Amino acid sequence: MLHFFLKRLALAALVALTVSLISFSLLFLAGDPAIALAGEGATDADIHAIRTQYGFDRPVMEQYLFWLKNALAGDFGTSYYFKTPVINLIAEKMPTTMILGLSAISFAILLSIPLGVLAAVKPNSLFDRIALFISVIGQAIPSFWFGLILIVTFAVKLRWVPVSGSDSWQHFILPTIVLGYYATPAIMRLTRAGMLEVLRADYIRTARAKGIRPGKVLFKHALRNAVIPVVGLAAVQLGFMLGGSVIIESIFALNGAGFLAFESISRNDFPVVQALILIFSLIYVLLTLLADLLNAWLDPRIRVA
Amino acid sequence: MENLLSVKNLRVEIPLAAGQLLPVRGISFDLKKGETLCVVGESGCGKSLTSLAIMGLLPKIAQRKADRLEFAGKDLTGLSERQMSAIRGNDMAMIFQEPMTSLNPAYTIGNQLMEGLIRHKGVSRSTARDRAILLLEKVGITAAASRLPQYPHQLSGGLRQRVMIAMSLMCTPDLIIADEPTTALDVTIQAQILRMIKELQAELGMAMIFITHDLGVVARIADKIAVMYAGTFVETGTAEQIFNAPMHPYTKGLLSCIPVPGKTDRGSRLGSIPGIVPSLIGGIDGCGFRSRCPYAQDACATEPTLTDRESGHTCRCIHEASKLKALTWEVA
Ligand SMILES: Nc1ncnc2c1ncn2[C@@H]1O[C@H](COP(=O)(O)OP(=O)(O)OP(=O)(O)O)[C@@H](O)[C@H]1O
Ligand code: SF4
Ligand SMILES: [Mg+2]
Repeated sequence: MLHFFLKRLALAALVALTVSLISFSLLFLAGDPAIALAGEGATDADIHAIRTQYGFDRPVMEQYLFWLKNALAGDFGTSYYFKTPVINLIAEKMPTTMILGLSAISFAILLSIPLGVLAAVKPNSLFDRIALFISVIGQAIPSFWFGLILIVTFAVKLRWVPVSGSDSWQHFILPTIVLGYYATPAIMRLTRAGMLEVLRADYIRTARAKGIRPGKVLFKHALRNAVIPVVGLAAVQLGFMLGGSVIIESIFALNGAGFLAFESISRNDFPVVQALILIFSLIYVLLTLLADLLNAWLDPRIRVA
Repeated sequence: MENLLSVKNLRVEIPLAAGQLLPVRGISFDLKKGETLCVVGESGCGKSLTSLAIMGLLPKIAQRKADRLEFAGKDLTGLSERQMSAIRGNDMAMIFQEPMTSLNPAYTIGNQLMEGLIRHKGVSRSTARDRAILLLEKVGITAAASRLPQYPHQLSGGLRQRVMIAMSLMCTPDLIIADEPTTALDVTIQAQILRMIKELQAELGMAMIFITHDLGVVARIADKIAVMYAGTFVETGTAEQIFNAPMHPYTKGLLSCIPVPGKTDRGSRLGSIPGIVPSLIGGIDGCGFRSRCPYAQDACATEPTLTDRESGHTCRCIHEASKLKALTWEVA
């Protein structure tokens, strides 16, 4: 178990490092940061000054290592736009994104696992077909479009929830639904497939032979086994959601790290963008690691060797 | 004495692409309190499906039909899954053929032993725990308390089957259906477990349906015997009647295959009667044993019925009882 953990950890670190290197290089491929930074109407001399001031004239690899060394110490530099330390900016915005991500994944799980279980109880029934339909729709419609429909319907017309902003928990309702709905189809289908398989198992027959109540057979005996791969998927989906928060937070003007990323990209605020890419990818990598560990822990055959 | 279980014309139908599979085609029998009925027959003759049909545990695609299915004076045919769940485990329990896969890998032995008792009798966890330990000891598991926190994968097949047996006894049911409880185990453990089941059954006064391939086992535990072939009983009677005066040619064939110590390989299975079983899809024309029977005649092309030959000894064959008794099994 420890060996397994260390191996996964090393792999995770490697992935995070690669992602950060790629993201760093991408910024240079996007054009000369000094020109972007100097803004319109800047003279060649201005650009040159900026270039040396920020060290853009150094080799990319050297810049990357310098940046990485500071980043590992928690110093992501200063925002070009806000002129404040990047780390402070992110620390301020991250909780909003985390709340959004966690509530979205909770919403997705609470919706999709019961749907998946019920769909598996009566495969090919009307209910199963409706659930499948919902899941196909979930994967087919773009999040921003779905978000706009919800805003128009529930915020503008019905006025049940605020249109945008992040001042109260009501502001999180629509973004949670849009972001969570995106993950629902995958979780639901994996739950359904897992349940279909598990419900055929001999130990389900044993549970029924003991006279365990039908609901308990489903949710205690079957789901506990079917849910093992679902947990891993949910962790990975949460990672995707943090990425998805860039779009969702922008639609709903939710003032989190995703919104910050969106704005920083349009403002060419490279230190912020780089830091966010690194942090998001680190979180993603950690989540997949967590998923592996959870899987191992949930399965007594692995946990209790 | 009153019947604990009364089964009349029990059938199982499974719709398959190739046609309607009829693996159980009209089983009838009665079982009194405390009695042991042994059902013997070759692999695939429908023994497991018969027991699953009685328990209401058939796979989803299979349909159960019966003219009567009464247990403890209650009609089981119309009961919902919820109503059946109140009876199963509490009044009737089952031990399955597959000890390796019949326990839930995600829960401890203790949890799985205790939950049925808690569900049916509403006892406290500590009472359930005490009973679990008691029964584990009864089925011959040492250091029983230390087994409770273990998971199924930590136990051998023999231990798992003992746990399954203990589990079936938790609520002291009136009827226990044991579907080849020892076949998956090695021979030394088989004898041990068999003795234990028999002792517990007598001690707790339970009726039992014991399903097996092995006529040697039957001789040691049966009050009544039913010989099953291709989805029907072909001969039923007391253990004495079947062993001392077998009638049906198939029974005689089975008896001739009983391993004789020293002469036959241990663990060799029945089914060494030459020939093949008819397809169970659709109806069977005439006697299903016709192609394998040394005494088959033209008249066997119409299906014989199971008739009482003498004092409850029934047989499904065209021949007269006196003639049948005189026949000896000869492999053609
Ligand atoms: N779920 C199923 N789908 C299709 N056919 C099945 C199913 N279960 C059983 N059968 C068929 O029904 C027949 C009877 O099966 P059953 O399991 O009752 O036999 P059995 O007498 O218990 O055999 P064994 O001694 O090998 O356990 C077999 O031909 C089997 O292939
Ligand atoms: S009915 Fe005919 S074929 Fe069938 S067992 Fe009797 S003699 Fe044999
Ligand atoms: Mg069987």
